[in-house]
Amino acid sequence: MSRLLVCSPDYFGIEYEINPWMRRSNAVNSEQAIRQWHHLMQVLEQDVGVVLDRMKPVPGLPDLVFTANAGIVVGGKAVPSRFRYAERQKEEAYFEDWFRGQGYEVVTLDPGRFFEGAGDLLGFPDTWFGGYRQRSDITVFPTISGWFHREIIPLELVDKRFYHLDTCLCPLSGGELLYFPPAFDLYGQEALAERIASSRRLVVQEAEALRFACNAVCVGKHVVLPAGCPETESLLTSCGYLPHPVPLDEFMKSGGSAKCLTLALD
Amino acid sequence: MMHDQETVLLQGHIIDSLILAKVLDTILMMGGTFDLQDVQIGKTREEPSRARIIVRASSAKLLSEILHAIQPHGASVESERDCRLSAAPEDGIFPDEFYATTHLSTQVRVRDRWVEVEQIEMDLGICVDLVNLTARTIPMGQVKRGDMIVIGREGVRVIPLQRPRERDVFSFMESQVSAERPHGHIIGDIARRLVQLRTGFREGKAGSKVLLAGGPAIVHAGGREALAWLIDEEFIHVLFCGNALPAHDMEVDLYGTSLGYGHVAGRVVPHGHEHHLRTINRIRAIGSIEAAVRSGIVKTGIMAACVRRGVHVVMAGTIRDDGPLPGVITDSLEAQATMRRAIPGIGLALLVASTLHAVATGNLLPATVPSVCVDVNPAVPTKLADRGSFQAVGLVMDAASFLRELARELGARL
Repeated sequence: MSRLLVCSPDYFGIEYEINPWMRRSNAVNSEQAIRQWHHLMQVLEQDVGVVLDRMKPVPGLPDLVFTANAGIVVGGKAVPSRFRYAERQKEEAYFEDWFRGQGYEVVTLDPGRFFEGAGDLLGFPDTWFGGYRQRSDITVFPTISGWFHREIIPLELVDKRFYHLDTCLCPLSGGELLYFPPAFDLYGQEALAERIASSRRLVVQEAEALRFACNAVCVGKHVVLPAGCPETESLLTSCGYLPHPVPLDEFMKSGGSAKCLTLALD
Repeated sequence: MMHDQETVLLQGHIIDSLILAKVLDTILMMGGTFDLQDVQIGKTREEPSRARIIVRASSAKLLSEILHAIQPHGASVESERDCRLSAAPEDGIFPDEFYATTHLSTQVRVRDRWVEVEQIEMDLGICVDLVNLTARTIPMGQVKRGDMIVIGREGVRVIPLQRPRERDVFSFMESQVSAERPHGHIIGDIARRLVQLRTGFREGKAGSKVLLAGGPAIVHAGGREALAWLIDEEFIHVLFCGNALPAHDMEVDLYGTSLGYGHVAGRVVPHGHEHHLRTINRIRAIGSIEAAVRSGIVKTGIMAACVRRGVHVVMAGTIRDDGPLPGVITDSLEAQATMRRAIPGIGLALLVASTLHAVATGNLLPATVPSVCVDVNPAVPTKLADRGSFQAVGLVMDAASFLRELARELGARL
């Protein structure tokens, strides 16, 4: 049974601007955010059937809610993130403590190189993809690849609005790839096309990509994605998936959606 | 010359992700060039690949821009070590393991900086000045006890020759020597270079001097007038020769013979074999070739043209010389050092009909200087071409025919 790490949005808000979505003037409706988050949790637990591990929120760390950026966890081993922006660097110690507290073997990257966890590293069981240039450094991937014995194909992110790989690419459990090609340069698009047959590449249209249709959580045949992406939902349905749209627009004010709010723990 | 370079490493899953392709494309698109030094491809999907890339650019600024552009894609500058140095144990003796130079541009790393080795020449050592952070080549015989000499190969890099920009005979990557190749277009290309260089020389542009190293066969075979014309027209600026070339050149002026043969009639003249000795004796009595020309005793020929045009002449003697003429350097190490001092600023070298002087000059020249070797004996141009410079052109032909054809190409009426 899948387990996901989550953190409730008690202290969520826009307190700084570190991506094009964030504007301090665009205040978060806290009650609405909490309602949306609980709805997401309900869908994940009841409809999808995952187990949720809840982390304690911390005042003054509004983005701790985006647990995808805690690090990565694979086979009992955890690599905590090294955030690019000072605003989020304060979260590192909390995530690292949580991993240690749960008994994970924690492997840390040398300081001075940035890595934003499952926000920039995701993939299929044997091939992973690493987003770089915006937040994570490409040079962390060979190190992580060595630790986990997995191939990591680096992909340059060229559109500031899609600043993490999980905002524009979502590998599905059946081997299909849900993605928005213009977020990548031509080399990245070509590398994906070389690796995945065109019938298995599900291209998201720009309007829905901008609603973070790719920021989806796929567990088995279930795909939890932000509401307002009907074309993506039909695409998923046509491939045999069961889409679960959840309204998450309060979190979009911060540049995050369903996937950003969870971290897969296996 | 493209000189600035840095070695970068790229590793990880760089092949399937097209990261290597992207880095190489970026280098080219920005106007740089690269050499893939070493590429190790992972044997399985999990295994990473690794590439060592030498990035070159025409300026330090462009190089830094290129490195700046490729670093975000994982290309990291390889950490390099300083060259190793050891003090010369005695005057005239290099430390063991001394680095022996090639004739290609070379840089040594001193205190984390790449320093250009000045006056590059093959088969020498490299002496580093740690106070001024400079490096220069040094011949074995000139090293002083305590000089800091580069040892081993670490921290030394040799810059391969770039293909010259000009699309002429010197830009071919091969340096074949063949008697069967037509000479006309080669001589045409040399003539065009001479015209360009003369313009540069007159404008005081660096690297515009033309060197001719020649043997007495030029005079015997009848190339004297053509060479004198080339000198008078300011196409030649430095002359390397021995005792014989000036002796027979002035013998023609004073006696009408060269090595006793009537220069015009082509017949042996009675007692003609003495003429070159009498010539040498006469010049020795006058004191110098220059005085002989200035006083009007020697009026025509190669040496007269050199004096009129202020050509820098280095005469290096040998053990079979008669006389020798005043000005001939009989100490061979001193002669070598004098020739070496005349090399900077040379933009083209013509090595004509002299095995000894052609090889000696060839050894002194950096690979960047285009050279033409003309000899009836194919062994001489072959030996020169084997130095590994693709800017060396070998012509198997008679010296006089070469010089006449070259002078005619440049407008002489001979």
